Amino acid sequence: MAEKVTLIMFSGDMDKALAAFNLAIGASSMGMEVSIFFTFWGLNLLKKNEGPIKSRGIMRKMLNYMNRGGSKRLPLSRFHMLGLGKWMMGKLMRELKSPSPQELLTLAHQSGVKFMACTTSMGIMGISKDALIPEVDSYAGVATYLAEAKEGRVNLFI
Amino acid sequence: MKADVTLDCVGLYCPMPIYNTANKLKELKPGQVLEILASDEGIKTDAPAWCKATGNELLGIEEREGEYKVYIKKSK
Repeated sequence: MAEKVTLIMFSGDMDKALAAFNLAIGASSMGMEVSIFFTFWGLNLLKKNEGPIKSRGIMRKMLNYMNRGGSKRLPLSRFHMLGLGKWMMGKLMRELKSPSPQELLTLAHQSGVKFMACTTSMGIMGISKDALIPEVDSYAGVATYLAEAKEGRVNLFI
Repeated sequence: MKADVTLDCVGLYCPMPIYNTANKLKELKPGQVLEILASDEGIKTDAPAWCKATGNELLGIEEREGEYKVYIKKSK
């Protein structure tokens, strides 16, 4: 049986997303079985890039307006500088033909990496299934993650 | 060294060389040799690690002027 790798994607930062997808693609290229559990700000990676995020209640509406998310909109964890830093980082990466977070997300999913979305965070933050990309394989909670992680040889919190 | 198939990963960074290697090797038959051309120095340690994890045989790594040639024999 293939060895398991589980990642918890807690952060919604672009640089951390790059690290997570890089690890996931690397592990799956090494014949390992990979799953990523997206929770809290990490759900921003799974939000659709297009269209509004519909949610109920003024506070959730505000949250999803300010925290729009989507793999194209992730900020840098340092030196974001209102998007200038991110733009520069993107330019440097494109010059080196380094894949973007969206491209890595697609590659990861195509290589069989399983995407799990945390239903509790979705509930609290007012994120419906419609707001997430179709690549999400399952909607789950902490027990599902832990059951996977118990079998995992590498488990990381990002 | 002689290879059956060559894979060009020059200019690519992590995880692309390993990802492309894994995909390309699927197309080869057991016993065939894949040559990987790369420029990212990480390949020097990544190729042996990848071979160890996947059970394929690393035949050798040649280095010349910042470019690397990696030879991997598909085992099964």
